[in-house]
Amino acid sequence: MGRKKGKLFGILVMCVVSGLFLVQTAFSAESKKPYKIGAIFDISGKASALGTPEKQTAEMVVEQVNKAGGINGHPLELVFYDTASDTQKAIESVNKLVKKDKVLAIIGPSTSGESMAIIETIQNNEIPNISCAARIEITDPPKKWVFKTPQTDRQAMAKILGYMKKQGIKKIAFMSVEGGFGSGGLVQVDSLSPEFGIEVVAREKFSEDDTNMTTQLTKIRGTDAQALIVWCTDKGSAKVAANIRQLGMTIPIFMSHGIASMKFIEQAKEAAEGIIFPAGRLLVFDSLPDTDPQKKVLAKYAADFKAKYNTTADTFGGHAWDALNIVIRAIEKAGDDINRIRDEIEKTKNFVGIGGVFNFSEKDHHGLGPESLVMIKIVNGKWTYLE
Amino acid sequence: MKFADQLLQYLINGITNGGIYALIALGFTIIYKSTDIINFAQGEFVMLGAVFMSTLYNRAHLSLPVSFGLSVLAVAAVGILMEVLMIHPLRDGSVISQIMATIGASILFRGSVMLIWGRNDLFVPFFSCGQPYRFFSAIFDRQYVWILVIALISMGVLHLFYEKTTHGKAMTACSANKKASMLVGINVQTMVILSFGLSAALGAVAGGVLAPFGMKYDSGVTFGLKGFCAAIVGGLGNNVGAMVGGFVLGVVEELGAGLISSNYKNALSFCILLAVLLIRPQGILFIRSGERV
Repeated sequence: MGRKKGKLFGILVMCVVSGLFLVQTAFSAESKKPYKIGAIFDISGKASALGTPEKQTAEMVVEQVNKAGGINGHPLELVFYDTASDTQKAIESVNKLVKKDKVLAIIGPSTSGESMAIIETIQNNEIPNISCAARIEITDPPKKWVFKTPQTDRQAMAKILGYMKKQGIKKIAFMSVEGGFGSGGLVQVDSLSPEFGIEVVAREKFSEDDTNMTTQLTKIRGTDAQALIVWCTDKGSAKVAANIRQLGMTIPIFMSHGIASMKFIEQAKEAAEGIIFPAGRLLVFDSLPDTDPQKKVLAKYAADFKAKYNTTADTFGGHAWDALNIVIRAIEKAGDDINRIRDEIEKTKNFVGIGGVFNFSEKDHHGLGPESLVMIKIVNGKWTYLE
Repeated sequence: MKFADQLLQYLINGITNGGIYALIALGFTIIYKSTDIINFAQGEFVMLGAVFMSTLYNRAHLSLPVSFGLSVLAVAAVGILMEVLMIHPLRDGSVISQIMATIGASILFRGSVMLIWGRNDLFVPFFSCGQPYRFFSAIFDRQYVWILVIALISMGVLHLFYEKTTHGKAMTACSANKKASMLVGINVQTMVILSFGLSAALGAVAGGVLAPFGMKYDSGVTFGLKGFCAAIVGGLGNNVGAMVGGFVLGVVEELGAGLISSNYKNALSFCILLAVLLIRPQGILFIRSGERV
């Protein structure tokens, strides 16, 4: 008896489900076929602080585009996979996006390691990819299908050293976190500093989980360094800043673009005062002159993000905004022809984005110069535009 | 800046870090003594201590000392549950399978904390605010004083527990000879449970004093490894050794970072670990006493 009832119920459910399917296909047949864009970000791994705003931004942009009627009447669909800081997962996601989801282009991933790992898969599958990771090697030398939006470590370091040179600083100490980000910075400071006539007199390392970096700082105090560069992301940088304050060090402190989020100021509090770092214009958009071409775009993105997620937009989300919008512009012109989408991305000129004004070319798949960065100083717990 | 001033700063930093390593090393030792297993979830006890404390302080709005105390008790309970649910069922298996179970437990703790509390660092305020302290030319944060004082108090309490209470003496007896202890009527299983609770509590104390620096689900791993190093350096199964090992490791690490290069700070602790294992596997404090039969 019970079994019979179960069977009947099962059949009923099947009918309803298939009915729904019919109705749905009937509806979607009326509107145009959706354009699918793949997104792979790290929202559960080590770089989740980057991947989370990237995913949020991408979802927000897709919602805005669809509200405004889609791309030439086609709705836009975002297919998202989490890479969890795992290069293997990133490669699998690319394969899935190409073979199963049949997307037109892929934005992401969040970190350089993952981005480097998927290059071969991207090139073999001939799918346009705009990476949101920083490392210079991603697009240097240029690969046919790979583009990227964030500024490179090298540009950030060159910006700092250029600023130091103007201030007459000749000898510096350099302190970096253990791991990829820190050693990347060390390579850049060593290769760039001679160009600016600056000598690195001390090189120190620390681990992000250390509680006390005064040993390294004490050592630096014993040298004749006129300034200190700390190359780390927000958590480690905040601890170093606190230690610098305890020791009463007075030399100017420079930090990397890795502290370009409110999280750093929240953690370091008064110890953040006076720290100088390079970052995209988003952080200081309201102090920019009105003639700045990016000001309007930045203000709108910051306001939209705040309204939707109730947190301050940061430059990482901005990288995804740039990547997605460059793809959308290409699809507007090229439709669903993947080869033409790639060509249109490469032809992108004077695209005013969050990271800067992008100019791609056959030789330059990054499209930003060091002028896309500005120097920012933390004053009274706020970002202030220096130059 | 004079060399002597720098040296003093390195030493003070080394001693504060050493206090933390000593607490974690003690946790390893206590469990090793009563069960012969190395508990790879020891670092996770540290992390849990910080995470619980931050939740009690920030969410339940309890005062700092109360959240500290409650989190230590809560982590002790976690340690006891771990023994009862994961280690005890394997009591007839080999020591290796029990060690495997502790690795499993550590993954379980990390994963659950990531799912429940997320991937961001959790903080509590510093225990006391104000200008950092000055000792001759060395400067150190007030929190480092708290770390050292609380670590020393915990060690003192632990010592009293082992020397003066019946339970403490029973635990020592168990670690010396399980069968004989059973014959004189000591409930060995209770002592094993007690040792897990105690060692989890010590881990939580370390986590609590470190909580102002921020902790997240995977922060315990490094602390666990450093504590393990210290325990080995001091000679596993020796409480005094674990403490000495912790302080030695802390001081050597900071001196190495300050005088040689901070590039090899972590590498240095693991080199010490290897050196001790190769040259003096009994630990630096080993004094030949009765033979194990």
